Amino acid sequence: MSPLARRLAPLLAIGAVALVAPMLLPAFKTQLSFLWIMVCFALTWDIIGGQMGYNSFGNVLFLGVGMYLCAVVQRDAELGYFPGLFVGMALGAILAVAVAAVLGSGILGLRGHYFAIGTLGLGIAAGEIASGWDYIGAGSGLVTPQYPGDVDTRKMLFYYSSFALAAATFLTLRHIYGGRFGLAINAIRDDEDKAEAMGLRTTRYKTMAWCVSAVFLGVAGGIVGNMIGFIDPRDVAFAGPTFGVWMVLMAILGGRGTLWGPVVGAVVFHVTQELFWTYLLGWQRVALGLLIVVVVLFFPLGILGWLRERRPELFGHRVDEADGGARP
Amino acid sequence: MTALLEVEDVSKRFGGVTANNAISMAVAEGEIVGLIGPNGSGKTTLFNSIVGFHPVDGGSIRFQGEEISRLRVPEIARRGLLRTFQQTRVYRRMTCLQNMLISEPHEREGLAAMFARPQGAAAERGEELLEFVGLYAKRLLLAGDLSFGQQKLLEFAMALMNEPAMLLLDEPTAGINPTLINGLIERLKRANADLGITLLVIEHNMRVIMNLAQRIYCLAHGELLAEGRPEDIRNDRRVVDAYLGAH
Repeated sequence: MSPLARRLAPLLAIGAVALVAPMLLPAFKTQLSFLWIMVCFALTWDIIGGQMGYNSFGNVLFLGVGMYLCAVVQRDAELGYFPGLFVGMALGAILAVAVAAVLGSGILGLRGHYFAIGTLGLGIAAGEIASGWDYIGAGSGLVTPQYPGDVDTRKMLFYYSSFALAAATFLTLRHIYGGRFGLAINAIRDDEDKAEAMGLRTTRYKTMAWCVSAVFLGVAGGIVGNMIGFIDPRDVAFAGPTFGVWMVLMAILGGRGTLWGPVVGAVVFHVTQELFWTYLLGWQRVALGLLIVVVVLFFPLGILGWLRERRPELFGHRVDEADGGARP
Repeated sequence: MTALLEVEDVSKRFGGVTANNAISMAVAEGEIVGLIGPNGSGKTTLFNSIVGFHPVDGGSIRFQGEEISRLRVPEIARRGLLRTFQQTRVYRRMTCLQNMLISEPHEREGLAAMFARPQGAAAERGEELLEFVGLYAKRLLLAGDLSFGQQKLLEFAMALMNEPAMLLLDEPTAGINPTLINGLIERLKRANADLGITLLVIEHNMRVIMNLAQRIYCLAHGELLAEGRPEDIRNDRRVVDAYLGAH
């Protein structure tokens, strides 16, 4: 196999499985849709938390912003179901990016723990504001419009939307991590003072990283809101204790700062979580907590991080002694 | 020769401690200038003031004729005045080659450039400079896995990648073994002669600085004690006293 084929083969295999999965497992369409949403969550969190080293607990804010805006557009714009959904998701993404740009230029000036604490407040504040704002349904939430077809096609629509979103997120990140953007945010993670001393425009890169995160989360908001069908301000839109924490957990579980880590983490997390709900009902939270403890104790670098520690040559870190170490 | 860097009456106090007191110095384009002095004499503080790491309490600093004492670190770096650190600072979890690629100059960086892929020419130049400091074979290793001395060499190569007009080196030979030191002096001289980079070097190793610098400033207790050619400095009574503690 040529190197290109070897790199593309796993992507094509996953894509093929993903396309037929809802046909093979028709009873699990919603769970499978959420699997792709989780992949998107973990990937977008890892931009900031893994590749850039800024632990954010506020990314759920962008999800909620996208979710609400999409629902409001669907409710008020009278475009019909599909145009409304599409325009809503696009505008949701744009608003999420705008929020990230405005907040980022301020909050991203904080470093380390201070940034983490600052972002922790964002999701909570947004949830409180949303539950007091009558225009978007306040505490009683918003109901998204009825899908104009049967239940099964609706599930298929959201499955493929979720998959498309996860794939777009993955491919975009794969592209930009290989470029100057990826190098810059890695440099910020490793030594931000050094990066500044070298003339890097750190604030611009940091804000941009948050905006990239917000784009995909904004779209995810539109999908999740419609998939669930009901937007509760604290439990669905700005769901810090669930979605907000899971984003972090999945990225850490898989291996933060790697491209595939969040994908692996999201799959492992989502599958175990569903299994716990099915087979350990009543104890599912305890089992989940134990899983987290085990991960932190034995795989503090995550699954891929652990692998990289043991087999660095798999990740291309090796001494090149060809030609006696001289440049050809 | 015109002065590339002019420091005039710069003072810096930390609480009650006067780290720099009315220091004036000038470095001409293309020169290699040394900065020596006993520990705690204010050399690194002066570096930090020049590169904008902290504001000065008084005086003026001009680079290429423009006042820079109110600018911040990244802005000064983008104008071509770069520093290296006493404790090496490299991007530890990136490969040596990635360290080089992100050290390209950052003057022009629009939205398109932020997301662009590194050009072949940049990788070429990065590899060339890694070979220049003798790290080519290690280009795919993580920078954090290199030895201390190798990290210093990498940091030097990164600085060259940034194409600065002037480089401030804070103890470039500290912690490097004697054989490597000779090679490093040679490379510093070549960077100065071939690439036209002006150097201002803090150094404790007298053999190194006497070999390298064309002119030397000596600080003691935050004040400028002496200035002159290496042989004058070596024979200056005040400098010898400051180092041997005859106060």
